[in-house]
Amino acid sequence: MAERPVLAEALKAHGISRRGFLKYCASLTSLMALPPALAPKVAHALENAARPSVIWLSFQECTGCTESITRSHAPTIEDLIFNTVSLDYHHTLQAASGHAAEEARMKAMEEHYGKYLVIVDGSIPVGNPAYSCIAGISNLDMLKETAAGAAAIVAVGTCAAYGGIPHADPNPTGAVAVSEIIKDKPIINVPGCPPIPIVMTSVLAHFLTFGLPELDELGRPKAFFGETIHDRCYRRPFYDQGKFAEAFDDEGARLGWCLYKLGCKGPTTKSVCATVKWNDGTSFPIQSGHPCLGCTEPDFWDNGGFYKPLSMPAGDYRKLGLAAVAGGAALGVAGGAIARATKSKAAAAHETVDAHDLEKKS
Amino acid sequence: MNNPYFDLLMWARGPGFDIALTIMVGGILLRVVEILVLGRKRDLATAKGSPVGQGVKTIFTRSFPRKGLVPFAPITYIGGYIFHIGFAIAFLFLGAHIALIDGLLGLSWPAANRAIVESATALAVIALFALLYTRITDPVRRALSTFGDYLVWLLSLLPLVLGYVAVNKLFGDPTLMMALHILSAEALMVAFPFTKLMHAVTFLMARYYNGSIQGRKGAES
Repeated sequence: MAERPVLAEALKAHGISRRGFLKYCASLTSLMALPPALAPKVAHALENAARPSVIWLSFQECTGCTESITRSHAPTIEDLIFNTVSLDYHHTLQAASGHAAEEARMKAMEEHYGKYLVIVDGSIPVGNPAYSCIAGISNLDMLKETAAGAAAIVAVGTCAAYGGIPHADPNPTGAVAVSEIIKDKPIINVPGCPPIPIVMTSVLAHFLTFGLPELDELGRPKAFFGETIHDRCYRRPFYDQGKFAEAFDDEGARLGWCLYKLGCKGPTTKSVCATVKWNDGTSFPIQSGHPCLGCTEPDFWDNGGFYKPLSMPAGDYRKLGLAAVAGGAALGVAGGAIARATKSKAAAAHETVDAHDLEKKS
Repeated sequence: MNNPYFDLLMWARGPGFDIALTIMVGGILLRVVEILVLGRKRDLATAKGSPVGQGVKTIFTRSFPRKGLVPFAPITYIGGYIFHIGFAIAFLFLGAHIALIDGLLGLSWPAANRAIVESATALAVIALFALLYTRITDPVRRALSTFGDYLVWLLSLLPLVLGYVAVNKLFGDPTLMMALHILSAEALMVAFPFTKLMHAVTFLMARYYNGSIQGRKGAES
């Protein structure tokens, strides 16, 4: 594996002009919320970045995250950045399998101990570690072993970042996030189901050029998870005007009105979907007429139903409401009856007093 | 890893709402049924006028001030109208609230523009402060005020302010502010049957009763 800078050569080999590369660096700089003056520095740093060893661990996942990243609109520079790292272990992409693959991982770990980057997609079952094993090694053991010599860990996708779908109630495998197990290494969470490819490569570029990005309280890079989708949504003016689609095939839906009432989680979901979009900036779920599911947030699977508006109660209120009507009425009858009884008792106990009685007492 | 703000929002939307709705609905039923069960002694005298007509009429006529009373207590009357109308617009015409009512009762109507809803909210809040000012500065009103009155004032204010802050992201995490807004509305729901907030239901009964006893005597109400 080469330690020398490779990006410049890779760009040349793929016919990417320097102008194109600098444009990419400028957009990357703005995407990472860095000052514009830093764009040349990003270009310089990327050109001179050594090729770091990357070990990609796939645990309880659907391969959607890998699919997303490998389908980043190739052949682009994002793709090249990703290719610039030395992906020494990725059992979905690598040709080797079984013990040969595990040997590659062990070799990479030995050679670059303390310097390699670990990317994890998928959650880790701790209920019974045997639920998910690779080459006879449980996910839990493999993560602990590999993380020991890592410089940092990037948890890609909501499963690795927050437990994701395997963590959904009732969580049969006892699935947990990487951060629940590894406490002594820097962890960058890049949630999403799956995450946007350029967000992934930008995080990687930030790590290569300036080290760890600034993270929010949920371990996400602030540059990509600082604002809600709602705040940047092109349908926001309809929300402000009070124009909502009430069904997926009504007039409002056809006119592109706000999807809040169809369960859109945009107001509580932080991501750059609405600005960066997907498939080379083509579209994002809301643009194609579907409400945001809130996939970059922890427990999005259990947050009260995808098609229930955020303001709608998520619990068992109907049954309780009926019980309250019956219970309240019963209590009211009882309360009224007690008050009536007290009234009659007071009337019965009422002593009449006349002038003679008063004179007697005085 | 959990997002504690989202967990709070989910509690507010889930068990929190269930508890608040149960207490509010059960409490309203309790109090209304109690009043009805208590009843009134039968009036054996012949009615001189229409008790029903006057009763129904009074439900509406009491929504307007008696002649000459507005200049006597302008802040109370004007502030009172602004607060009640503003609160009603904010509660009934924000899209998110309509979605909630639709979910609960299956009733839906068009939402208002956010500018209208937010102006109504701001005016309602200003009116609440004006009303508090008169309550504190007027010695009679201050003497008549109880802890319950100040509590009801605060419980009416919080959902308006927190909702405005959450929607406009003025400060705090928007998810947290939304959770706090819902929790504040739930506090209002819980207090509703057991405080003077209950007037929002009993005003119908009280006005009808007052109107009907006058009507029975042949008087205008």
